[in-house]
Amino acid sequence: MTDVPEVLRQKLLQNVYRILSEGEIPFVTLPSRNKDNIVLDEKYMVWKYGDNTVTRSAKTIEGAQYILKSLYVSEFIEEMLKSRKTSTLREMYYISEGWGPGKFGSQDESDMQAEDLEVITALLREDFGLRPEENGASVFGDVTFEERNRKGEFKKINCKDDVGDGGYTIPYSVESDKLKLKSTGATFILAIETGGMFDRLVENRFDEKFNGVLVHLKGQPARSTRRLLKRMNEELNLPVYVFTDGDPWSFRIFASVAYGAIKTAHISDYLAVPTAEYIGITASDILTYDLPTDVLSDKDVQALNAELKDPRFQTEFWKGEIDTMLKINKKAEQQALAKYGLDYVTDKYLPDKLVAGGDID
Amino acid sequence: MPFTIDLPMPKKPAELSRNREISISEFFEKNRHILGFDSPTKALFMTVKEALDNSVDACEEHSILPEIVVTIERISPEEFTVTILDNGPGVPPLEVQSVFGKLLYGSRFHAMRQSRGQQGIGITAAILYGQITTGKHAIIKTKGTGDEVAFMFELSIDISKNEGVIHERKPFIWDREHGTSVSVTLKAKYQTGRQSVFEYLRETAVANPHMDLKFVDPDGKIYHFSRSVNTPPVPSVPAKPHPLGLELGEIQQMAALSQERDLAHFLTSSFNRVSTNVANEILEKSGLSKDLEPASLSTSNIKSLMSAFREVKLMPPPVDCLSPLGPEFIRKGLRNVYENQHPSFYSRPVLRPPSVYNGNPFQIEAGIVYGGDIPADEPVKIIRFVNKVPLLFQQGACAITRTVSELDWRQFGLDQKQGTGIPYGPMIIMVHVCGTKIPYTSESKEAIADVDVITTEITSALRNVSRDLRRFLNKREKRNQINEKFKLIRELLPSISGKVSSVLGLPEPPIDPVISKIANVVFVTEEFEIKDNTASVKCTIFNYTRQSRSLVIYPNPPAGDMDGPQSYETGPIETSQSFSFTFSVSGISKNYDGTDYYFTGIDPVHVQGAEPLPADWGIGAITVEEVKE
Repeated sequence: MTDVPEVLRQKLLQNVYRILSEGEIPFVTLPSRNKDNIVLDEKYMVWKYGDNTVTRSAKTIEGAQYILKSLYVSEFIEEMLKSRKTSTLREMYYISEGWGPGKFGSQDESDMQAEDLEVITALLREDFGLRPEENGASVFGDVTFEERNRKGEFKKINCKDDVGDGGYTIPYSVESDKLKLKSTGATFILAIETGGMFDRLVENRFDEKFNGVLVHLKGQPARSTRRLLKRMNEELNLPVYVFTDGDPWSFRIFASVAYGAIKTAHISDYLAVPTAEYIGITASDILTYDLPTDVLSDKDVQALNAELKDPRFQTEFWKGEIDTMLKINKKAEQQALAKYGLDYVTDKYLPDKLVAGGDID
Repeated sequence: MPFTIDLPMPKKPAELSRNREISISEFFEKNRHILGFDSPTKALFMTVKEALDNSVDACEEHSILPEIVVTIERISPEEFTVTILDNGPGVPPLEVQSVFGKLLYGSRFHAMRQSRGQQGIGITAAILYGQITTGKHAIIKTKGTGDEVAFMFELSIDISKNEGVIHERKPFIWDREHGTSVSVTLKAKYQTGRQSVFEYLRETAVANPHMDLKFVDPDGKIYHFSRSVNTPPVPSVPAKPHPLGLELGEIQQMAALSQERDLAHFLTSSFNRVSTNVANEILEKSGLSKDLEPASLSTSNIKSLMSAFREVKLMPPPVDCLSPLGPEFIRKGLRNVYENQHPSFYSRPVLRPPSVYNGNPFQIEAGIVYGGDIPADEPVKIIRFVNKVPLLFQQGACAITRTVSELDWRQFGLDQKQGTGIPYGPMIIMVHVCGTKIPYTSESKEAIADVDVITTEITSALRNVSRDLRRFLNKREKRNQINEKFKLIRELLPSISGKVSSVLGLPEPPIDPVISKIANVVFVTEEFEIKDNTASVKCTIFNYTRQSRSLVIYPNPPAGDMDGPQSYETGPIETSQSFSFTFSVSGISKNYDGTDYYFTGIDPVHVQGAEPLPADWGIGAITVEEVKE
């Protein structure tokens, strides 16, 4: 087992102490975590942080506060591990109320700080005993897991036969000490952005008809959802298809599943499924299927333009689709397919797209 | 307008023709909207406004400090009784019938003078509106200075004759030295908000800090705007009109009412800046005989006169007939009304020199209130005044609003798309235009017309106050930077050092070298506590440089009176050591901006939080400040 407090001391606290003892202004250096600094890791075909670094120096009030906060978080983690406790990220944010000048201004800030510590230590926040809020994304289809329950017993669950229509709820940790992937009769995974569409496909028995496993992403997927997709992809050999709305935010959902998210690029090789394919609504689909649409908002246009500069979207397919969407100035939801009836998505749209992908006949 | 009882009345009343009188009242009945009575809400507003403007005007002309009570009672869901009670000079009983019962009575075409009550059509219109909508008569109570008895009148208006009708007149004993009370019952709607009676009263209180105003709303709630200036404003001086400041109709009426026997005397006695020589020149250019009887002048005669006015050389009109609010009234008025929003800044009020528009003198004043609890995410509040009266309607059409919109406010940290339009931010802008004749966009007199010479003056006034705002913002920015740096070295660095050492279980490293790397300066800082309008200030000087320093500090409070020596010698302060002294500042308001500090005896590059003492700033100057008390 990794001695987490020791790693934190070596990578962070001892550095700060040493710099202070030398009479210098303390600083912390870590990889820059924005989209200009993500590069393709060719070994894993996922996007990770590159060589650009940022330095937070106590020369400025912001830098000094940052360093002080990271010290408080380290101390908090150390004490938590000592007493064998865990806490949610939100709880840590509230606990920071008592940290005086080290108090966080928002939960976004404290979540970011936890991720920075992952980057600095090359550990996972689970190692720190920090966990996210329950996200509640779900799985439906013929796949069998063994999940360790509170009593410490592994319980076998088939995600079609042993669950209700809501499906199997993904726990916050899906590592092998918590969840074992036993077997599957399915041939592919369909990851779905919205709950409405997930329920539609369950009701239409899409999983049975086409022999697939349905995973509800619940918007931008949580780490555990992406990690589970990754594990099912690798350990059960199931290819992943991502079915989303047709707007810039959905493109980002796909990118985080397939290429890795910018915020978590330090663990992309652990979360991303580089072979995932996009079968969500595209600008071409809007034209081909003549879908009901909404006009792009200012924010949508900004997001699309940002994607044109995002290294993850530098492929012919994405550049073409993004350009087209900007040109027609329209977006559409996946549920817009209901224009042609409730069964259209399962009888026509998805089979067409999946046939093109080669996974059903 | 009505109500100002010392109005010089024509000696031999040359009444307007009967036809014209009928048309005035009927005109009103048919065109309420033009005169501002276009909705039940607006009618209530107009009634309060007309009565209040008259009351304040009458008090001002008699140098009385106004004490006014405005009451709005709800009689039924749609009917309200408005009562305005003042402590003005009262209206002589014989004049009540005309003052309250005749539209356009006492119009001041014969004199050029700045007054509030030239804006609306007058209290008579309100009485008439009440009569039309409820059938009820107005109740007027009045008592003159030195009179034993007061009189109560019940009055209505005979629309066809444009005349007041007195239904009842009864003497009574009134427990007041003098004053007038007018009650009008009308169909109305009471509401609050940006264009409400309440807002009008509040802004009126800004421009009239010498007034004590109580307002009783329909729910019986009492609002009190107390007096903050104890001297009445200097009354404006009436002046004869300037030839270039008049319309044809006005000259026509002047001629018709003139007591002079011939045109030459008419010209010299009725107009400003017309001497006998100038009058002769005018007669010559117009080709009119000097012996013409003024009342016999034809329209074409008057046109000839007017073109002659433009040809001769006339001196600009005198400006002493203007009565601006003045810096003290603006400062105290704004403070009095907006202090509950705890603004962090009041600009020094700006008074522009008088200027002339078409023969009519005018003058611009402006002030800014900034910060505190004034909402930062709303458009800046622009309070517009003409002759001490707030304008609440047609903001968008007004030259004041346009001028504000055309200035770039972004440099003051306000939100403004592309540097035009009404900016967003925590600010109130006050602009007062005073003059003898203000050009409006329409008859309802709710917005000032876009006239170059006026907008230019408004722009200059706004630039001037905004420069003051920028000085304040710069000072605040500098102070924030210093406070941040101070926080960094006093709080954050010691915390970092303490926390990292305690987690690692190691002794704390000395951080002085780090601190002097971050801030190789002497910090002058202060803490203060405010109690009973006195700030107790503790000034501390920290030496973070690598060597011993000594300096002399001169505190200079931005307001109030300082109690304590004018300068402090620190003696040598060693590295990382500090020196403190205390003093107090009395006579300040709830907000203390913080002391300005000056110093001598050390290179300015080593000091933060204080400025070098200006070479020309003789210490005697401070002594004088202190002795003044």
